[in-house]
Amino acid sequence: MNDKTRRLIQRLTLTPYSVWAVLFIVVPLLFVAYYAFTDQNFHFTFDNISRFFTATSVVDNGETTREVHTYLVIFMRSLKLAVISTVVCLVMGYPLAYIMARASERTQSVLLTLIMIPMWMNFLIRTYAWMTILQDTGILNGFLSALHLGRIHIIGTESAVVIGMVYDYFPYMVLPIYSIMAKLDVKLLEAASDLGCPGLSVLRRVIWPLSIPGVLSGITMVLIPSISTFYISQKLGNGKFFLIGDAIEGQYTANNLHFAAAIAFILMVILLVCMALMQKLANRRLVAA
Amino acid sequence: MKMKRASKIYTALIMIFLFAPIAILLVFSFNEAKSLSVFTGFSLKWYRELFRDTETLRAVLNTLLLAVSASLVSTVMGTAAAVGINKLRNKVLRSTLDSVTNIPMINPDIITGISLMLMFVFVGRLFGAATSLSFWTMLISHITFCLPYVILQVLPKLQQMDKALPEAAMDLGCTPLRAFFKAELPEIMPGVITGLIMAFTMSLDDFVISYFTAGNGFQTLPIRIYSMTKKTVTPKMYALATIIFFVILSLLLLSNFYDEEAMNKRRQKKKSKEKQPQAPNVKLKTQN
Repeated sequence: MNDKTRRLIQRLTLTPYSVWAVLFIVVPLLFVAYYAFTDQNFHFTFDNISRFFTATSVVDNGETTREVHTYLVIFMRSLKLAVISTVVCLVMGYPLAYIMARASERTQSVLLTLIMIPMWMNFLIRTYAWMTILQDTGILNGFLSALHLGRIHIIGTESAVVIGMVYDYFPYMVLPIYSIMAKLDVKLLEAASDLGCPGLSVLRRVIWPLSIPGVLSGITMVLIPSISTFYISQKLGNGKFFLIGDAIEGQYTANNLHFAAAIAFILMVILLVCMALMQKLANRRLVAA
Repeated sequence: MKMKRASKIYTALIMIFLFAPIAILLVFSFNEAKSLSVFTGFSLKWYRELFRDTETLRAVLNTLLLAVSASLVSTVMGTAAAVGINKLRNKVLRSTLDSVTNIPMINPDIITGISLMLMFVFVGRLFGAATSLSFWTMLISHITFCLPYVILQVLPKLQQMDKALPEAAMDLGCTPLRAFFKAELPEIMPGVITGLIMAFTMSLDDFVISYFTAGNGFQTLPIRIYSMTKKTVTPKMYALATIIFFVILSLLLLSNFYDEEAMNKRRQKKKSKEKQPQAPNVKLKTQN
């Protein structure tokens, strides 16, 4: 192929996508920044950003009232619930990925299909089904009282939201870890145990380090949707406590686009910094290995 | 390798966790009463009601229309882009394109949705339109978040492909376009198909981005479900979920069946090849 045709092909194949990516990926993000730093009349202002950090509201817990930073509290709560969900997903998912990767080929494909089926169900309906399970008069409580185990109140608590997040995003943790583990060279594991490495050490010193790329992508794939969700908290949290996604959605519904953009902008910056840090950590680990 | 007992129990527990809500959906879609937590008797009345609900049926059609158009456009554009990216020699341009492609996958859906909505609203206001959100803004948004998945499926296939293949076709007199369709495309077809299927399912299932970019006139199924769950939900929605479940299940079984057929054929081919004497595997020893 001569250079002229190569360049022509390149231009013909790349131009539509490049134009599309600039128009609909890059420019919209610039609009987030533009709205975040302007007021209703599109004059430059820092008000939206500073409102996120300084706005306060009064919390009344019956006896005492105290003033808290509204959005900082919301953000910390989102972060806390997202981190808990991610850890639960990892602790539950890692052994499953390991079991799957070592099962027979047929079992592997069956389990893979089973894990993916819930992902294909609409996530709103799945979450709603959890609401009917966890309600005070719901299926779980009916089950417990039939067994004379008493009732539990779980809907509207942070645990209910965590259950919802874990349920909805669990496959995103298992799949990347599984795909890395399935590719692991069995000979490597055999070599380790042949050389006298006990079972648990093989896991800790051979399998775990090699599976870290999968773990990291699993963590991002669970952490990011759970930190930004707004439906799960509305349904399973009974709308009692807001998450950062609820804050953005609420401002959008109230047609307060500039403040919605400001919250989105801050969330985006924080996530970008986290991702960059994690990437750096992963690279250092790879170099060390 | 047989699974150990502990592994089996663990896997079973997780499967119970994953499928309990789905089982409940299935059971309560046949409930006689309106309740979603007390089962009073078997009835098909919610299915009948579902098929009488024209708004939901229209939403199903809308969703399919949107998913088909978005996945086709993003597959064609994404495959072309992957071919272009693969040939790109300028390193700076390439890494810039790679990072831009990653943005919609890394960004939370809510930010992608908000960012597109802000742009549509702003541009719409420039042209003096009262509302700029419509089927078209949704289509643009869906194509945008589907594109990276197509590119990421096709690009590795292009990298695995023998670079001499299209060149040989052209040396033998093919035009570049013909060489692409005759030599290159069949090689990367599995990636293109996977990309298409992923784009289709992503578009079908998307709620968050659609929620922010949807116009008043055009409602997709997830948005319809969202407005249904804002009021009291009847088992009608579960009937809908049950139908979706069985459609997905049969599609998955069908695709598994075809995969197995293909695998069997490959195995047979391999067996006939294996009869020829093989050189001893020396590679093992040199690896350490």
